[in-house]
Order: sequence, then C-alpha cells, then structure tokens
Amino acid sequence: MKFLLIPVLFMTLVLNAAAIGVDKDRLQDPAQEDRAQHIMKQLRCLVCQNQSIVESDAELAQDLRAIVREQIIAGETDAEIFKFMTARYGDWVLLKPPFNSATAILWLGPIALLLIGGFLIFRTIRQKPEQDVTRPLTAAEEKHLKKIMKDNN
Amino acid sequence: MIAELGHYFLVLALGLTVIQAIFPMIGAARGSDRMMMLGQPAAYGQFFFSLLAFLALTYSYLISDFSVSVVARNSHSLKPLLYKISGVWGNHEGSLLFWVMFLALFGAMVAYFGKGLPKSLRARVLSVQAMVGIGFYLFMLLTSNPFDRLSDVPFEGNGLNPLLQDPGLVFHPPFLYLGYVGLSVVFSFAIAALIEGRVDPAWARWVRPWTLLAWVFLTIGIVLGSWWAYYELGWGGWWAWDPVENASFMPWLVATALLHSAIVVEKRDTLKSWTILLAIIAFSFSLLGTFIVRSGIITSVHAFATDPERGLYILVFLALVIGGSFLLFAIRSDKLQAGGLFAPISRESGLMINNLFLSVAAAVVLYGTMHPLLSDAFFGVKSSVGPPFFNLVFSLLMIPLVVTMVYGPHLKWKRADIKGVNQRLMAVTGIALLAGLMTFYVTYGGAIMPAIWIGIGVWLLLSSLQELASRIKLFQAPFKDSMSRLRRQPRSSWGMTLGHFGFAVGLLGIVGTSAWTIEAQKVMGLGEDMTIGDYRLTLKDVIPVAGPNYTAVRGIISVSPKNGAENGEIFIAYPETRTYVSSPITTTEGDVKTTMAGDLFIVIGESQGQGRWGIRAYYKPMQVWFWIGTIIVVLGGLISLSDRRYRIGSPQGQKASRKMKHAP
Repeated sequence: MKFLLIPVLFMTLVLNAAAIGVDKDRLQDPAQEDRAQHIMKQLRCLVCQNQSIVESDAELAQDLRAIVREQIIAGETDAEIFKFMTARYGDWVLLKPPFNSATAILWLGPIALLLIGGFLIFRTIRQKPEQDVTRPLTAAEEKHLKKIMKDNN
Repeated sequence: MIAELGHYFLVLALGLTVIQAIFPMIGAARGSDRMMMLGQPAAYGQFFFSLLAFLALTYSYLISDFSVSVVARNSHSLKPLLYKISGVWGNHEGSLLFWVMFLALFGAMVAYFGKGLPKSLRARVLSVQAMVGIGFYLFMLLTSNPFDRLSDVPFEGNGLNPLLQDPGLVFHPPFLYLGYVGLSVVFSFAIAALIEGRVDPAWARWVRPWTLLAWVFLTIGIVLGSWWAYYELGWGGWWAWDPVENASFMPWLVATALLHSAIVVEKRDTLKSWTILLAIIAFSFSLLGTFIVRSGIITSVHAFATDPERGLYILVFLALVIGGSFLLFAIRSDKLQAGGLFAPISRESGLMINNLFLSVAAAVVLYGTMHPLLSDAFFGVKSSVGPPFFNLVFSLLMIPLVVTMVYGPHLKWKRADIKGVNQRLMAVTGIALLAGLMTFYVTYGGAIMPAIWIGIGVWLLLSSLQELASRIKLFQAPFKDSMSRLRRQPRSSWGMTLGHFGFAVGLLGIVGTSAWTIEAQKVMGLGEDMTIGDYRLTLKDVIPVAGPNYTAVRGIISVSPKNGAENGEIFIAYPETRTYVSSPITTTEGDVKTTMAGDLFIVIGESQGQGRWGIRAYYKPMQVWFWIGTIIVVLGGLISLSDRRYRIGSPQGQKASRKMKHAP
C-alpha cells in the first residue's frame, strides 16, 4: 500500500483541511484578495507534502495566509512579501524556485535540451540526397525482380 | 494451504521464466529452431502459474485469511466484495504480483499472436520479456512475498483506508499498471531489435498496437486518478504536479512521442534509433513509476532507510535494466541505417518536432520532480518545485507543440507545400484569431496568456476537423462522394483525428478551468446566503446523516441566479462531510453541478459553532471539457487499435494489408 500511502497520507491532511478551511479574515477588496490568493498559491505549506498554503489548513498555513493578507493591507508589493517569506524560511517556501546556481539546471535545462534537440533535427533534415542509401540488390532479389518483370510481360 | 500453493506457483512461474529467458535467446543466436520453440510453451506456462498465484492471493482476500500478512494488513472481513478484490493489488506486494501476472499475460500474447513474426525476433522478444519478469519474481520472493504467513494470526484485519474505498480508485491503479506493463512489450521488441540489428517498417507495425494499447491504458489510468482527486479531495483540483502524478505522466509523454515516431519508422523507414531509444526510455519511466514512487524515495530519501533491502534491490534492478539497455543501445544503434530522406517541410519534420517537445516536456517533469532531492543531496539546499513552476514551463513548451499539431497532419510525407497548407487553413486561422481576440476583449485587464491559449486551442480544434474534411474532399466532391469517402477512412486515421480533436477539447477545458476558476467561502448560519459568479447559494438546512461505516453532516443548499427572483431556484446541492468510524479521516463529498459552461462545486465544512458552517464554493469554467476531451482521445485510441491492419494479432503485418489495398 506504500504506493498509495504517500498520496493518502497528505490527502488526509488536505481532507481535514477541507473540512474546516474557511478563512474568516478574507480581504474586503476583491482585487486585494485576488492578489493575496495569487501570492499564497506560490508559497509552500512547509509542514505539508507538496501543497501551497492556499490548500492547507495546517496552523502554519493559516498563519502564513494571515501574514500575506496583513502585508497586502500594509501596502507591501508582491516582491516584498516574497522577500519577507524567503528571509524567514529560505527558498524552500517558494513553489517556483528562483534562478540561482542551485536551480540553474532546472531553469536552463529545458532551453539547452531544446537547442540540442533542435540542432540534431536540423542536422537530420539537412542530410544531402547524394548520401545514397540504396544498396545494390542481392542475387536473390535480382532473381525475384526478373521474375516479376517476366510475370508482368 | 492455498497461500502455500500460491507461493509454490510463484516459484514454478519463476522457473519457467528462467527457461523462457535463456533458451529462446541462445536458440536465436545459434539458429536452433528447437531452442527457440521453447519460448512459447514457457510463456504460456509462466502465465498459467502466475495467474494461479494471483488467484490464490485473491482467494485469501475473499475468505479474509488473516494468517496471510498482506491480507491482515490491508483487508477487513466486513469490507464490501469490490474492495476485497481491489485490495489484492492495492498494496505493495499484491501490486507486484498483479504486475508480473500481466507481464506474463502480455508475454503469452506475444507468443500466441506473434506467429507472423520472424522466429528469431519472437524468440528474443519473449526472452527479454522473461528477463524483466525474473527481476520481478525475485524481488517478490526475496523481499516482498505476498504469501508470507503470520505466526500470530490476528482476529481482524487492519482494513483499507476509507478514502481508497472509491470506485475511481479501484480501477485507477490497474489501468496505470496495464499501461506500464504494456510498455514492457514495446521495450522487449526494442531490445530484441537491437540484438537482431534490424529495425524496419514491419517491426514498427508490430510494435504499434502494443504502444497504442499501453498508451490507452495509461491515459485511462491517469485520467481516473485525476477525476478521483477532483471529486474526492474537495479542492476542485485535478492535477497538482505531485511526484506520484508526475511519475505516471512521464511515461505517458514518452509513449505519446513513441506512438508518433513509430509512424515515421513504419511509413518512411527512418528515425529508427530514436524510436528504439524512446521505447527504452518509456519503459524505464514505467519502472521508475512502479518502484521509486512506491518506495517513497522521491518524497524523501529517508524512505530508503526504513527498508534498505527493498531499496537496494530496486536500485540494482533499475541499474541493470536501464543501464544495460542503454549500453546495448550505445553499442548497437549504429547498425540501424536511416532510410528515407525528406525535406525540411514535411510530415517527417513535423513528427520530429512533436517528438522534441514531448521529450523535453518529459525531461522537465523528471528533473522538476527530482530537483528537490538532488538539490538537498548536492547543494544542501532545500528547494521546492511546485505547480507555479510546472504550469509556467508547460504553458510555454506546449505552444510550439500545439502549433505543430495544427500543421503536422496537413503536411505531406517527404516534401510538403507550406503555402498550400496555410491557404487551406486560412479560414480556420482567421476564426482562431478572432476567438483569441474576443477572449482578450471579454477578459480585458486580466492575464493575456489564457486568450492566446484559447486562440491556439480553437485553431487546433478546427484544424483537425478541416484536415478530415479535406481528406474526404468535403465540398470539393459531390456530397455523396464525400460521405462514402468518410466511411472508407481507415480507423487509424480516425484515431489521429479524434486524438487531436479530443486533445483540443481537453486543452480548452484546461485553459478555462485554470485561468478563470473563481472561489468563494463564507461561514454561514441557516438562511444566510453568499454569491459566487452568477449564483447565489442559500444555506437552507444542515442535517446529520448516518452511512454504513461513517456519520456525515449534510448541507442543503439552494442555488439560484444571483439577480433572479427569490424563488428562482436552479437546483439544490447536498454536499457532505463524512467522518469514518474506523479511522480519524474526514472526507468531503462535494456536490458538483456540471454544465458545458462550467462546474459549480460546493463543499461544506465542519461546524464553526453557534449553528454556523463554513461553506466553500468554486466555479470552474469549462471543467467538463477536459473530461470530455480525454474521453474522445481514448475513443480515438481504441478505434485506431481496432484497425484491421494494425491489430495485435495481425497475421502478416504489412504483406496482408498490401494485398488488401491492391485487391480490386
């Protein structure tokens, strides 16, 4: 059951959360609440497994949601809020990791692969027709061909 | 007694598998018919005994024999019959048995239907299939024996997690496994071809139905899991880029690429080594999906420590299979001569670009999933890679892929006329542009990507229809003529049309639900209301409900138009929160009202005291398009699978169909 246990373990978390999770302190201004939601979706619930703080009702997630909303009201920009969070919890809190030496492969890898693959395709396509790939017929095939020609006649 | 028999059958099956692995391979090398012929009976026998072993375990579940350790840990005497049966494969040991039983079944099918295959190829395929099998049998017998007995027999079993007692999850794992195992056949064909040093259109033709079969199973398995998450988890989410989901998505991406590149091998006798490589990679991902996820290594390195024996075995097995096949590939792939030549603008190029983007997508998922682990191991930096990353990268990667899907099917083999295609697509392109612009206008002020994506989705949708129309010469030939052409379309091309069309429908659904989902939540007392989108939800009543093994709180929520008359009730929603008796688990049974325009998804939370309840609602535009799209895609796969020329048992492959084509 281990295979299913992993999702199930955190699903129980989710589910319990689902059973309670209604924020009473949502922001009055819908535009501000939208911004809050957008930011919260990008912050990891650190005590959960692969969940953002929007989808969790762990206490920590509730606290972080409250902090995000407070800072929005205080007039902080998105960047400032992310900065605050990473200063406190490290890059781990970001579900979209920032670009740095440790994440270079993650961000540049796809581009590099596309370039390499594109080059390989380019090379394959540019194969010159004079690279003759037809080989001479074998004796048996020669015979078969003759027979066919004869049949047609 | 039955369990001991099961164990015994398992050992017998292993014995036959060893025979199946060794003799046909030697026979093929020496040209000995007698040794090669051993492959078939061994494959039948292996399947027979693995089936008996599987039945023995099923029997132990059915009679709730709690002296068998697996049964005691995962079953319960009062569990409904359906879940007793699904419990057989719903755990580590049992799922391995399930896997190997289907591995043996597919091997036996190759033996039975492969009469049209060259003898040596069939022998080698069976042998490779058996080698993979040996790994599984040994893993089971040495580290995860499903027939282990307990000396202390418990009076009652532990039971199955109530969350998993859901029809969606009964069928989700077996379909995934069938997909994984189906890819083993493709893998065996690839390895056998490498050993033979020969890949030709006939080979591609034999491989195609297996790839398609595995791909259809994988698709169904993934979508079932997604559907279950949508209905059962109460967040209205259907894809979270979770490691477990990613593990099934990677083989799907590669299998999709393989499906397309095999067509190039078949029609044009080129792209061979790439296709072989894809076959190897697809199966490697299947193995990763089966083992690594189960062992929990992706989520935490520590999972290894809890069970070092299994972990070590898995690592060695993976290294042998994956490493061995790559080594063989490196040594032998130069034997595979490229055949046909083609111009830069051609069907071949289109399919290559399709392959490029699908493979890079698979690599992104792989690395994204592994990154937190690697980052921790090599840099000592804890890192997260979640939906914001994957969504961003995928939405960029998929644009060129879908553009290729728009053009590809219109391009001719060898050399295509792009101007002509552009001309033909003019009307379609115009409508797509209009759709994109209209979306932009209607959602003005919002993000621009969804508008672009809607345009691209509509473009693909119409282009796939246009392609069909031009194939049957609609409006160019008399209507009756076109209709008879339509009837004569080969099923494989129906597969392509439906596959691409369904993909477009699903894509539009994805765009709608990811871009414009709205959410509302409120703590409400009886009689209070809240609004979401164009709806007004009124909490009429909350009643307790008793189920067979749970108690629930059920909300009665009246849904009416936001600005409508007071009695303009559209429907009543009955969301529930269930608390199970046997375990401290609460599940939400959200109530979903589905229309083509969008799903209204309503969830009730626990009491907040003073007769007030938390209610959460989502409006998810076009959500149902995604499910409909996937159903169309699967239908396309099945129809293509039924194409006479490509059937698994197709006796002569190419020869037979040539005869048919030329028949008067």
